[in-house]
Amino acid sequence: MLRLAALLPVANLEAHREKGAPTFLWACSGAVGRMFQSRQPERSPWGAPCMLSMFSLAALSVLKAQTPLEQEIFSLLHKTKQPVTDPLLTPLEEASLRAMSLEEAQLRRAELQKARALQSYYEAKARREKKIKSKKYHRVLQKGRSRKALKEFEVLKKLDPEAALTKLEEMERPRIEERMSLKHQNKGKWARSRAIMAKYNLEARRAMQEQLAKNKELTQKVRVEPESDEEIDMTGEGLLPDSVNQVQPSMEGANPWMLGKPSSEAKDSGTQEDPKDTRESAAPEDAGNEEEVVSEEEILLQDFEQRRCARQQQAGSPERHSEWARPDVEIRNSQPRESRLGIWSPGQVEPAVQEPEGPLLSEQLGRLQTLEEMDALGQEEGAEEQAQPWPTRALQGPEEEGSFGEERPARKQKKMINLQAVLAEESHVIQCPSLPVSEEKEEDEDQRLMIKEAFAGDDVVADFLQEKHKAEQAGKPEAVDLVLPGWGEWGGTGLRPSARKRKRFLIKPVPELPREDRHLPHVIISQQRNILAAAHQVNELPFPFDHCQQFERSVRAPVGPTWNTQRGFQKLTAPRILTQPGHIIQPISAEEASPRSAVPIRAGGPDLLPTAQQSRHRPRPRKKAR
Amino acid sequence: MRVKVLSRNPDDYVRETKQDLQRVPRNYDPSLHPFEVPREYMRALNATKLERVFAKPFLASLDGHRDGVNCMAKHPQSLSTVLSGACDGEVRIWNLTKRECIRTLQAHEGFVRGICARFCGTSFFTVGDDKTVKHWKIDGPGYGEEEEPMHTILGKTVYTGIDHHWKEAVFATCGHQVDIWDEQRTSPICSLTWGVDSINSVKFNPIETYLLGSCASDRNIVLYDMRQSTPLKKVILDMRTNTLCWNPMEAFIFTSANEDHNLYTFDMRFLESPVMVHMDHVSAVLDVDYSPTGKEFVSASFDKSIRIFPVDKGHSREVYHTKRMQHVITVKWTSDSKYILCGSDEMNIRLWKANASEKLGVLAPREKAAMNYSQKLKEKFHHHPQIKRIARHRHLPKAIYSQAKEQRIMREARRRKELNRRKHSKPGSLPFVPEKKKHIVAVVK
Repeated sequence: MLRLAALLPVANLEAHREKGAPTFLWACSGAVGRMFQSRQPERSPWGAPCMLSMFSLAALSVLKAQTPLEQEIFSLLHKTKQPVTDPLLTPLEEASLRAMSLEEAQLRRAELQKARALQSYYEAKARREKKIKSKKYHRVLQKGRSRKALKEFEVLKKLDPEAALTKLEEMERPRIEERMSLKHQNKGKWARSRAIMAKYNLEARRAMQEQLAKNKELTQKVRVEPESDEEIDMTGEGLLPDSVNQVQPSMEGANPWMLGKPSSEAKDSGTQEDPKDTRESAAPEDAGNEEEVVSEEEILLQDFEQRRCARQQQAGSPERHSEWARPDVEIRNSQPRESRLGIWSPGQVEPAVQEPEGPLLSEQLGRLQTLEEMDALGQEEGAEEQAQPWPTRALQGPEEEGSFGEERPARKQKKMINLQAVLAEESHVIQCPSLPVSEEKEEDEDQRLMIKEAFAGDDVVADFLQEKHKAEQAGKPEAVDLVLPGWGEWGGTGLRPSARKRKRFLIKPVPELPREDRHLPHVIISQQRNILAAAHQVNELPFPFDHCQQFERSVRAPVGPTWNTQRGFQKLTAPRILTQPGHIIQPISAEEASPRSAVPIRAGGPDLLPTAQQSRHRPRPRKKAR
Repeated sequence: MRVKVLSRNPDDYVRETKQDLQRVPRNYDPSLHPFEVPREYMRALNATKLERVFAKPFLASLDGHRDGVNCMAKHPQSLSTVLSGACDGEVRIWNLTKRECIRTLQAHEGFVRGICARFCGTSFFTVGDDKTVKHWKIDGPGYGEEEEPMHTILGKTVYTGIDHHWKEAVFATCGHQVDIWDEQRTSPICSLTWGVDSINSVKFNPIETYLLGSCASDRNIVLYDMRQSTPLKKVILDMRTNTLCWNPMEAFIFTSANEDHNLYTFDMRFLESPVMVHMDHVSAVLDVDYSPTGKEFVSASFDKSIRIFPVDKGHSREVYHTKRMQHVITVKWTSDSKYILCGSDEMNIRLWKANASEKLGVLAPREKAAMNYSQKLKEKFHHHPQIKRIARHRHLPKAIYSQAKEQRIMREARRRKELNRRKHSKPGSLPFVPEKKKHIVAVVK
């Protein structure tokens, strides 16, 4: 049993161990023999021949060293510290087990790489920030830093007096430095010049005073009031330690009462299994403690740190794998490709997020005089559309490039219908009824027979395959032959251009991408999108419409005389504003303008008609203008 | 035996005249006429292309003035007559159908600042730099008579503009103050002032005829009621307003042409923010005139172009320019809403079509129907990219184009700067100011 276990590749063992002890046992049961025949051991820790492994433990215990060969073997076993009776692993085996599997190592390496990259980014950022010359920026930064330190100190003072002391010393440091330096003491060149000016200039005097005040401020000792703080604590929360009131991030975490420690540490032990969770719960807490938002890199670095300790603490926990799932295994979004709002093809259109009004004209330097120029202009518009590749293909691209690309075809191979088999076979009649299948087959029988009879001569499948073949051939790009016979050499009947020339002037096509339907014998996927039509279609929902259906409705009903009666056509195409040529349009009069008056529109008045209906009782203008 | 006779109503097939088209019975079954949308789309596309091919708006140039054309007036009764005043004090009356000058008179010394026709169409008024208001007959003097005004009013100050009441024998001039005159008197009925600055133009409201609007050099637009002796209210803008024009179909709407390249359409009742800011010009807008339908207006600009704006749109639907047209000082939309007249610096008056591709002359009913149909189709499919692209295309001279581009860049930079400033300041300390409110300084009542 032991041998068998030892012989299993370590990765397999890992896998078994994850599933639990029963599988391990199962691995050692009778099925194992068969397993071993197919799987040769990749490495055996002792380097002994595989035959040895076939001995079962029971047999070993029964065996006694009788022959000299056996004795030798036993001695060998003893030499290499192989336990003969003990079912446990040898120290070497244990060591090898403890070592990481390949997969794990890769994961670890990737993670380390990422961490390193992040760290380098972080460093670069820090360097960049350090290079900033702005004094104001640094002053603000410094201020923020000192404030933060002060706050941390306050917190630390409550929780950990010793740490607080060291912190205090650290905080004292700039003060000491300031005292040692000659800064802000009005002793520099500038300060002395100010001092001369100070007698006469009010501003100079003020600047000097400011300097001194700064010095005083910087050299002042940080005042600590532990007594008063404690008093407040005693009167306030009183007997409860702070950690009790803090939010407990997870239920598994240790009881803060039992810990007697700051909850942040308790949390560490509690939520290590799920570092993401910790991050989420820690982030708001951070935000609460200190207003400064921790940058993303820092969060990520912390995350890695936590992961590392998590791994060290509990190697081989089942959550690990799910959590370390590689990004390329993530479910890709299988959104249906964006359809375009066609003039005649219905589709989904996302409403355009645009402001209602841009310029109404596109003003250019070029004139537009001929129809050809207009066509070119229209195609220009279309060219932008064409620049975008097939949406489906674009979706597929990155996925195929991913690390999964190698193993995918292999997996597909299993599911795939064997194309050769299908093609080679004589086509068989498909047994699917053209009508929906009902339960009573007997009733349909005669109908089916009839259909069969009707299509007796047809070989649908073969036809289809032929058609598909044709489509494939048609889709293939052809070579262009640019050979000019007689150009540069003799020509005439019976003379062929030289092979070199033919080769030189035969332009080979760029090999196409493999067809999408190459593994689907019963499907033809046409990859020819009609770009010309697409150029005429509306890309995004125009402004006044809320939904694409509204827009489609506005376009759908025809207005032309081909589809409407004469009267309907007139009504539909009546212009909104109708003016009579040669007639003066007077401004609307006050009586007409007021909504209360029921006076009909004055003769010669406005020919402004909001609706077609009103055109009927539109009065004639009074007189024709001169 | 019974004989079945085929009987039809002759009304269904007999033509009224020989020239009529044969009546064709039609079957409107949609299955017989498939692809209605693609077919109509193609028709719309072709109509759009043809529209652009036939977009030739320039009709005529009326030359004869010996100095820049400073002001124009429409004849209230005759479509074919237009009056113009030049910078050398000359006034000309033109016949548009013949495209010729029918009368010339030396009205003033110096500029003719303003010109307006009386509502009856028999006489007109001019004001000039020589501090006079002159009342002229439209018809020329008889044989042997001297060219003389009917009345001349000598003022104390220079008048910069004049407008006649739409119904009564009252007119208003502007200069140092807005004066309202009775035609029969030599002194104003009343003088309205608000501040001490010079006033550029004054316009009567064509609907509520006792209302006046004026714009002054101190950047404000003042509204008056003729029945009161004091102004109503004023709005102060960022920059000076050159002219204003009332909408002839909506009593309370007027549009002002501003020095800051924009036009502002105001609702008289709510001057706090304009109803619409019309921006496309790249230089000061000098004049504006409404279409008599009240749906559009035309503006003349210092950038040597005129633009047509829909009232409810912030951008122009059309831009007209020619190589020789210089700064356009004055513009008018004719009373039949078909043509546009503009007078410019280089002494010409130009006649344009209001719809660039419109066919002139009498249209046959079928032509009219086809025009309406194509118009409808263009409207129906105007969101489609190709149609939109073709319909929107306009040629611009390089000067205007590059200036527009420059201004676009400047605007963008300003916007970005504001955005950045907002980003780095306390939230709420820099509120968003809409474009409409940006240019209004104050409203005073």
